[in-house]
Amino acid sequence: MLTELDPASHWLAGQIAGIHLFTVAGGLMIGAAAVLLYHAIGRIAGVSGIFFTGMKTGGLWRLLFLGGIVAGAGLGAQLFPTLNIVSRPNPGFWILVLSGLLVGWGTRQGGGCTSGHGVCGLGRLSPRSLVAVLVFMAAGIFTASLLRHWLGVPA
Amino acid sequence: MKSNLSALAAGLLFGLGLMLSGMTNPGEVLGFLDWSGVWSPDLIGVLGSAVLVSLIGFQLARRKDKPWFEAEFPALPKKPIDRPLLIGNLLFGLGWGLAGYCPGPAIAGLALGNEEVLVFLVAMLGGGFLQQWWARKRSDQ
Repeated sequence: MLTELDPASHWLAGQIAGIHLFTVAGGLMIGAAAVLLYHAIGRIAGVSGIFFTGMKTGGLWRLLFLGGIVAGAGLGAQLFPTLNIVSRPNPGFWILVLSGLLVGWGTRQGGGCTSGHGVCGLGRLSPRSLVAVLVFMAAGIFTASLLRHWLGVPA
Repeated sequence: MKSNLSALAAGLLFGLGLMLSGMTNPGEVLGFLDWSGVWSPDLIGVLGSAVLVSLIGFQLARRKDKPWFEAEFPALPKKPIDRPLLIGNLLFGLGWGLAGYCPGPAIAGLALGNEEVLVFLVAMLGGGFLQQWWARKRSDQ
């Protein structure tokens, strides 16, 4: 039967089969966390905004949310230690610095990140967030592909 | 009290989700963002399922007058699609594709014995404050 499928649907079927259960379960939890925060206290679960505002002006709920992220990830690593991996070489000190500067500057100027614009903004059907996601995805694909393929950075 | 506990619970769930989904592994993130070689589709599963839940949850919230534990929903500023949005997200994406970290997973990485995220987070904090200083300076002129 499979041989009757055209190559394109083979490829698509392979990609869908390649999405693992944990990634979907994790995604559902991320979505549920964002919904919980909004329904409970009316706040958008945008990590960059909560992080920078929390560092500048405090706010107990922000610090608890951020602390919860750290503790929740730690709990996950305890429960499933095999999932706690970094499967790429360390890019080195200066790449990490440059990357952090760009992410910090960009998320402040652009008003959000993967969680605020991505998870919450798309869920709220915000046109601004849709544009933001398309731009940061395209830019991320550009650098990752450029570095690893054209510049030959090992991965 | 209930507000703060909800924020903590939401953070715990968020961090657990980031960890289980593979978002805290920058290799996984770069495998998705790197289209030059073998593409890894896992992040579609993460973002897709997260957005699906969020879509349902935020649409349901439209019927509510107020959140469970607060007097009202804080007003979300209506902003246009402008240059700062485009440039900011462009720069964010360029940085994301460099090392594979966005803010949430980098913060979650503090619990994972991953020293890379310390360097990244200090630089991220610096970049954010630099941007706000620059924006203030520009608006003063």
